[in-house]
Amino acid sequence: MAERSFAKEVQQLKIGAGEEFRGEGILAITKALLQCGVGYVGGYQGAPISHLMDVLADAEEIMGELGVHLEASASEAAAGATLAASVHYPIRGAVGWKSTVGTNVASDALANLASGGVTGGALIIVGEDYGEGSSIMQERSHAFAMKSQIWLLDPRPSLPAIVKAVEDGFELSEATNTPVMLEVRIRSCHVHGRFIAKDNQRPKMTVKEALENPRRETGRIVLPPASFVHEQEKIKVRWPAAIEFIKSRKLNEFFGPDDGKVGIICQGGMYNGLMRALQRLGLADLYGESIVPIYCLNVTYPLIRDEVVDFCAGKDAILVVEEGQPEHIEQAIGDMLYKARGTAALSGKDFFPMAGEYTGAVMLGAVTDFLRAHAPALLPDKERAPNDPAGEPLLPDLNGKVPVRPAGFCTGCPERSIFAAMKLVEEDLGPHHVAADIGCHLFSILPPFNIGASTMGYGLGPASASAFNVKADKRPIAVMGDGGFWHNGLTSGVGNAVFNQHDGVILIVDNYYSAATGGQDILSSRADNESRSTKHPIERAVKGMGVDWVRTIDRTYDVGRMRDTLHEALTTEHEGPKVIVASSECMLNKQRRERPKMNKAIKDGRRVVKPRFGVDEDVCTGDHACMRLSGCPSLSLKTLDDPLRDDPVAAIDNTCVGCGNCGEVAEAAVLCPSFYQADVVHNPHDSEARWASWRSAIISKLQRWRTNRRLSFGATLPKGSNA
Amino acid sequence: MNVHVRPGRAGSDRTAGIIKLAILAVGGQGGGVVTNWIVALAEASGYTAQSTSVPGVAQRTGATIYYIEMVPQSERTPILSLMPAAGDVDIVLAAELMEAGRAIQRGFVTPNRTTLIASSHRSLAVSEKIVPGTGLLDDEPILEAARDASAAFYAANLEDVAVKSGSVISASLFGALAAAEVLPFPRSAFEDTIRRGKVGVEPSLRAFAAAYEVIKAGEVTAVVAGDDAAQTHHDVAGPQKHKSAFEALLRRVGALPASAREMAHHGLVKVVDFQDVAYGGEYLDKVEALAAYDHHDETGLVATAAKYVANAMAYDDVIRVADLKTRATRTARVRQEVGVRDDQVLMVTEYMHPRAAEICGLMPASLGAYVERRPKLYAVVDRLFNRGRRVRTDRLRGFLPLYLIAGLRPFRRRLLRHTMERAHWEAWLATVHRVAKTHPQLAREVLACRRLIKGYSDTHAWGLSKFDKVLDALPLLETRSDGADWLRRLKEAALADEAGDMLDGALKTVASLDTPASLPKTRAA
Repeated sequence: MAERSFAKEVQQLKIGAGEEFRGEGILAITKALLQCGVGYVGGYQGAPISHLMDVLADAEEIMGELGVHLEASASEAAAGATLAASVHYPIRGAVGWKSTVGTNVASDALANLASGGVTGGALIIVGEDYGEGSSIMQERSHAFAMKSQIWLLDPRPSLPAIVKAVEDGFELSEATNTPVMLEVRIRSCHVHGRFIAKDNQRPKMTVKEALENPRRETGRIVLPPASFVHEQEKIKVRWPAAIEFIKSRKLNEFFGPDDGKVGIICQGGMYNGLMRALQRLGLADLYGESIVPIYCLNVTYPLIRDEVVDFCAGKDAILVVEEGQPEHIEQAIGDMLYKARGTAALSGKDFFPMAGEYTGAVMLGAVTDFLRAHAPALLPDKERAPNDPAGEPLLPDLNGKVPVRPAGFCTGCPERSIFAAMKLVEEDLGPHHVAADIGCHLFSILPPFNIGASTMGYGLGPASASAFNVKADKRPIAVMGDGGFWHNGLTSGVGNAVFNQHDGVILIVDNYYSAATGGQDILSSRADNESRSTKHPIERAVKGMGVDWVRTIDRTYDVGRMRDTLHEALTTEHEGPKVIVASSECMLNKQRRERPKMNKAIKDGRRVVKPRFGVDEDVCTGDHACMRLSGCPSLSLKTLDDPLRDDPVAAIDNTCVGCGNCGEVAEAAVLCPSFYQADVVHNPHDSEARWASWRSAIISKLQRWRTNRRLSFGATLPKGSNA
Repeated sequence: MNVHVRPGRAGSDRTAGIIKLAILAVGGQGGGVVTNWIVALAEASGYTAQSTSVPGVAQRTGATIYYIEMVPQSERTPILSLMPAAGDVDIVLAAELMEAGRAIQRGFVTPNRTTLIASSHRSLAVSEKIVPGTGLLDDEPILEAARDASAAFYAANLEDVAVKSGSVISASLFGALAAAEVLPFPRSAFEDTIRRGKVGVEPSLRAFAAAYEVIKAGEVTAVVAGDDAAQTHHDVAGPQKHKSAFEALLRRVGALPASAREMAHHGLVKVVDFQDVAYGGEYLDKVEALAAYDHHDETGLVATAAKYVANAMAYDDVIRVADLKTRATRTARVRQEVGVRDDQVLMVTEYMHPRAAEICGLMPASLGAYVERRPKLYAVVDRLFNRGRRVRTDRLRGFLPLYLIAGLRPFRRRLLRHTMERAHWEAWLATVHRVAKTHPQLAREVLACRRLIKGYSDTHAWGLSKFDKVLDALPLLETRSDGADWLRRLKEAALADEAGDMLDGALKTVASLDTPASLPKTRAA
């Protein structure tokens, strides 16, 4: 079950021609695919494409009615390879993933696909995770398109433009026998907007029909001598066809006047940001009427030499708005202008930063500076002279006064206990080399745990410890999640360790989902899934790979057992890989599923026990040792109104889900007796309530007996107490 | 550094017709819900609205931003921005106080332009929580900056408002936004939006209305982290003979220097509560003895003694824990905190982990010491007792053992733990006396070092070792006129991190001190 349900929103996918569609970019892409008669869709989750996969999963029924097959691919490589169905058959196919990480994984399949070429339109939707909020290294997808000769679309970030790009993409792909990459940035995927829909189309050929009527064409298979032919065909046939298609269909757009002293060339994805800068400078109106000529590249690869040269002709200076590095487009334009003996001065990364996101402030600054240098008359009076620093409002400097707040484990996260246990083991056996991996568990590298030294790619945690396969006094620990495990870790990590007789410890964090990407089901998920096969235990797969030493912990919150198991794995005489499978359900997903059920049960008068934790503030000494083994958002601090106390004490707020980590850690690490678990029994059985009130009466009597024999201070009981 | 803001561009800016609204939240707060409401509200009111967000990993408890632009609907489609720009935001909603600070830091709040609406509650960052001392960041600079940097600043504890209405902060933020009257839509349009959402409508509307009222009333709630503060101990109840004896002790408190009386009163209550009235007398003996060095407490020596002698004497032993956990007031507090109704049953489980050290501490001093001297015997005791124990104190089987242990209180003075604690504080106070004769300020800081000792088991031992480490520097400081400052810095360094790196650095600095004239600054200063 995915973190977010689109069950309601996908109903919009059924609307017909002329109706207005309102929603997120991702949903618009899905609708566009159906309007284009797509025959199959695949992909691997990862922001910002996760929601595409979730939308597709929720839309499976609608797609089924149209004869569209949906594949929840095991990895991006698998998704990329899925497009093989469009090689010989005129079936339109689309796959999606998070880029550049997913494109890295898929690049083998993409290179092969691009070499042989396609018959049916093949669309690769990449969610470019670059800039604020990104969870990966900052790279561009552009280079992949260039090296494999895949056309790259980068539409303006508005729903109609994105929908049109999907349509254009399929046609371009078919007209040139080349796969097409559609790049959507993270905010475009989540932008809320509207467009006028068309009717959904059934695929011209379904995968079923193709399967029943197989075809093959040796010339499309990547093997010499065909591959040498492909290399020539890419340049001599497909490239010119693409140029012709892009030009004749006017995929790139021109805005503003034909002539001007200066002009701006931008990636389609940068258009709204650029337009905002021009709007703020008074050079464009709200609806995009610009005084400055703009050449908007909705196709960023290949570039159209004639269009570029013509646009630049007669202009004094050109500004290229291209985010990220290297500046492939600016370099290519420079080459074109030089060879065409162009005279316009070419700017781009001299005004824009070479690296990093083009935020509103960056865009405004660079455009202003460019215009000041080349067309100052266009600028408002204030901007013509360089900034007068005295005129800037002075803002209070909050440096160091606002805490950094990186992402971390959620309230009740079962992974917290794993790393608390690991910290306890390190107190005993000293620090170890820990190879971390992609997934929520990577939050372990941050305070309070500070565990993990590297991350080399999804599922590559154990592989990234493979050099440490030597006899030593300490063993390496490698962590990977269940998502990474099924993605490739089973072979690259476990298989590799078995084959190389690796003596390290592999810790597999099994939270029942591909959790970091939004809680999608995977092979080892415990959920019943109508259209996928789940409940394949990781332990069985690991044993099947040939690992003898496997320990499964089915409740990670058991910090003591977790610690002892890790301790054993690090110290046992057993040679070869030691694999620990630590399983507990992702709390975010569990709460989303269980909470409504629980509330309904309470409403229906059934007996329900709701746990939560608390801290006795007079027992807590404010040493914060528990904080350093938790970091749970619901475990916080409060300052007591007691002049004898210097430091704030621990406090648990009402967002506590009663996972038990606090108590288990306090117990396992022998921290303090401040924690208590309070289980509230809703709708208790009659006998249970009677016993409880009888017990409470005796306890009250005993308490009163003692109170009456000693001094008590300010002992006014809070209201509502029946103790 | 705050984000650099360029001057406003009124007159040339063509985006004046757009309302730009940013929401800064902590992942998991439900910023997406408010965003969707605002978009739905704008669309229902004849506006074109565009929203964006960066979900995913950033939302897992990290800081995150949602951004909305809206403009009256027309024939043509406006080109709107997908992200907020510094110096170009009209309305900022901050779902937590420090996120308001972050908005200011990033330049999203512009004087004379931006309306800043913030929840004044704190959701502490991990970095604030893990400091052994006090790592909490101060609210005041944020509140001050918010007032200075914005055109209008509305703040209230919107989290509290929401919880009290049985809802979540998205609803109270929405109510606060309506109350600020910065969007061109009437209150009823906001409420209709919530109704159309069809999810949790009633609680949401309650929280909406409550937040609306709070903001309208202009209540800028001061952020009090401990709002259910401990009561001041003035009501004394109990047997008359104890009460009379206690009143006699209070008269002795009244004879202390004026500035130390309140602290001594608190301290007296604490130690009497810990043991008995006679123990209170012992406490006052110690405080009075130190008052001899500074009759008017000009150095703060007496008030500091009143505080830390009480903390030293009311140490955290097994009896104390058992006592606190079996009191009627405790039962009542737990019931209130958890919010149990009378038709519900509460089960309370205590997480305890006694070790041999605690068991020996409970033995008569000579017996306990005898066991501790014999490693094999000690190991046997440890094997018998050292294990995590979950004690159900709502049941007699769990309650009674703790109740009986708490009943050992009258015998406490004869037990090993008390003997050890007494020896420790006597040595400490002897040092204080020795230093106080010549250097009362330094003596005051020696007293204040008691703050380093806290926690249980290993944490307690770790605190003790830091205490010793800091006081080991005393010989170097006794001859210096600024010795008190240095000792205070050492103590603060010891509280700054768990590993003790700051303390080691500060100790190195102290060791390298030569003449008081050339004082290098430590990081802890």
